[in-house]
Amino acid sequence: MGMDFSPLWVSLKTSLAATIFAFITGIIAAWLIAGYKGRFKGLIDSILTLPMVLPPTVVGFILLVILGKNSVIGKLLNNIGYNLIFTWQAIVIAASVVAFPLMYKTSRGAFEQIDRNIVDAARTLGVCEWKIFIKVCVPNAWPGILAGTVLAFARALGEFGATLMVGGSMLGKTQTIPIAIYFASEGGNTREAYIWVGIIFGISLMVMAAVNYWNDRQQKNSSSGIGGK
Amino acid sequence: MKLKNLFVFMALTGVLFTAGCSNTPAKKVDLTISAAASLKDAMGEITELYMTENSNVTITTNFGSAGALEQQIEQGADVDVFVSAAQKQMDALADKDLLQKDTRIDLLGNKLVLIVPKDNTEITGFEDLTEDSVKAVAMGEIESVPVGQYAQDTLTSLGLLDQIAPKAVYGKDVKTVLNWVETGNADAGIVYFTDAEGSDLVKIAATASEDTHKPIVYPAAVINTSTELEASKAFLDFLSSHEAVKIFEKYGFEFKG
Repeated sequence: MGMDFSPLWVSLKTSLAATIFAFITGIIAAWLIAGYKGRFKGLIDSILTLPMVLPPTVVGFILLVILGKNSVIGKLLNNIGYNLIFTWQAIVIAASVVAFPLMYKTSRGAFEQIDRNIVDAARTLGVCEWKIFIKVCVPNAWPGILAGTVLAFARALGEFGATLMVGGSMLGKTQTIPIAIYFASEGGNTREAYIWVGIIFGISLMVMAAVNYWNDRQQKNSSSGIGGK
Repeated sequence: MKLKNLFVFMALTGVLFTAGCSNTPAKKVDLTISAAASLKDAMGEITELYMTENSNVTITTNFGSAGALEQQIEQGADVDVFVSAAQKQMDALADKDLLQKDTRIDLLGNKLVLIVPKDNTEITGFEDLTEDSVKAVAMGEIESVPVGQYAQDTLTSLGLLDQIAPKAVYGKDVKTVLNWVETGNADAGIVYFTDAEGSDLVKIAATASEDTHKPIVYPAAVINTSTELEASKAFLDFLSSHEAVKIFEKYGFEFKG
């Protein structure tokens, strides 16, 4: 029986796109919230973290309600001849939404660990906030940001529930590896399911190995340099 | 230590509880029925009726695609009676010797239809699905959802499969397919006649000619591993009773006997 390998590319493409979205929005949100001292901090933080704790089916349901053909946004898009549900864009949105909290949470933690004195020193030197963010905060929080990125990628790669709900299972378009595994297993194609499971194992191990290698090198570099604080 | 006390308490209350029940004449029976998703409404009503008539029986129903249910049974799920929407899944269980001997029957028949959202007037037949304005055609997943297999048969016989496959959206069971069309997220869908009948939000655009697909038959059988063989057989018999058949026919199924 011939096996279609398109889910591999769909999965990689989707996870990569979702990671990029989550990376940019997650870091910015983390930086803004880390610096925000207002009384809604807890509430905003909860809302931003919500997709991580909600069941994926709830995320899928909400996305269907917001983006479906009969929703306000759906109708608007339909008028300009565009449809989101059952497209690749829809599953990128689903994956981005669930990946975002991991990026946001991890980077926020990293930002809050930065020594305030460094940031204040930069301020006294008259560096503008954006430059502080780019030149001071991000480099100092880098290990945390990297960890967040890897977690976000892994979560996007593993996304199943919301993806199936908004993307259906269109071969070559919205059928990701987790969905291929699900249907292979339900359909009794154990061999195909094993192959996909093997591929997912491979990708996951490779990503983790790359991160570990990179972390080790980072640590060696910093210890062979000035030698800590 | 606390936890241990809790266990003792639970064990004691359990003993008291079962002792209390032993006075009732008929023994308590728990049955688990796995049935194809398309049977959800009809089977729900029938099990309710059965439980009212047999107060000692408690039935738990489990609905899903026949493929998913078959896999669960193969992996050792505690199921007493299985009603599939196609022979393929029942055959697979028979091959693995999981069916109770001589209990397998062909229970029901159904028809395959093309449905569209109520307000759609453009699609009136299967060949209209090839139009460019049709972006998403909802179907059951081919390997695990029987209605998907039947739909593929029909599209193949009509010579339309190659053109429609790129816009096919595969759902995990027939109810998902129905929902996609009801919400307008899919432009059309291929489901059973009974599902279309049960929804006010869709209309039937065409009915597939019976010679375009394998006959739609719902086989039913008692599963070998059932610990309640007699009660399971009694329930299976009830499915062919006059009362049950009336309910099946109300929902649009054809009784095979």
